[in-house]
Amino acid sequence: MMELLSHYAVPAMLLLVPLYGLLKGKPVYELFVSGAAEGVGLMLSILPYLLAMLTVIAVFRASGAFAALAGILEPLTSALGIPPEVLPVALLRPLSGNGALALTADVINTCGPDSSAGLLASVMQGSTDTTCYILAVYFGAVGVKKYRYALTVGLAADLVSFLAAAVFSAIFFNI
Amino acid sequence: MLNWLWFFLLGAGILYGAVAGNLDAVTEAAFSAAAEAVTMCIGLCGMICLWLGILKIAAESGLTDKLARLLSPLIARLFPGVPRNSAAFELIVMNISANLLGLGNAATPFGLKAMTELQKYNPVPERATAPMVTLLALNTAGITFLPTTVISLRMAAGSSQPASIILPTFLASLTGMLFAVALDAALRRKYSGR
Repeated sequence: MMELLSHYAVPAMLLLVPLYGLLKGKPVYELFVSGAAEGVGLMLSILPYLLAMLTVIAVFRASGAFAALAGILEPLTSALGIPPEVLPVALLRPLSGNGALALTADVINTCGPDSSAGLLASVMQGSTDTTCYILAVYFGAVGVKKYRYALTVGLAADLVSFLAAAVFSAIFFNI
Repeated sequence: MLNWLWFFLLGAGILYGAVAGNLDAVTEAAFSAAAEAVTMCIGLCGMICLWLGILKIAAESGLTDKLARLLSPLIARLFPGVPRNSAAFELIVMNISANLLGLGNAATPFGLKAMTELQKYNPVPERATAPMVTLLALNTAGITFLPTTVISLRMAAGSSQPASIILPTFLASLTGMLFAVALDAALRRKYSGR
């Protein structure tokens, strides 16, 4: 049902919203253009925030520091029964969407999609979003530099999602 | 906290790179990430412009107002500081609806527009307000109904049951979201007046 919905939702919105506006006697083309014009300014204000975030994350990964950190934390998560291959996925997930997806693909291909590591990495990848990217984009759009407790809430929720992913995977897949 | 996290990633990266002899890779990564940020923004720009165009039509013809009234009992509870008939409230409703429909690429532009409306009530423009943080909590810890990308990865790898992850993924993301909403409410009280 969800699959059907996501298949039709975009074309349906693109058709029905302008149709509704037209029936209401609105100048739909002119409205669309003036709405779209606002996007250009938003993108320009987001750029420095996104660049600041992506650059330091890339430096941290390329230096080998990320792999070293994962190595330090590994005994801890292994004690919880989490396969060592999955830990880097969890660590990278809030920082880099594409990076984490590449790691997930790697775990799925090397350990097998239906292995315990492959299943857990899949659930973790799917159940949370790229917190740091979303914060940079949303706050960047309005020029907010002091995030207050937003980072704490986002990262703590990621941690809870990962633990929940481990628990629910254990329940559903008997691992 | 953000200043420290940002510097930690940068400083630890460069120091570790120097010790491990990876400095060339570090420099290369910094330059290519900076370029990647520009490409990402341009890609994002098209999506934002398209959905903001549609959003403008929806707002002017009264559709967003209708949807906001429909969902207001729920959303007003999550955003106590935002007046129900404000443009900010309507846009928050649009953002949450798009997320619930699985329209991630429409949710972002709606959310950004909601942020610009919320910013109008912000006494200190550089500082996040409570409703902004709540909106971010809902977006960073959103519910996943259908993890399409991961399912297609699993399919490509020859999984016997590529879609078996849907229910545990949904439950894990739901747990995360409930936690985020609760923690946000607790911290909002703690930080109010600061």
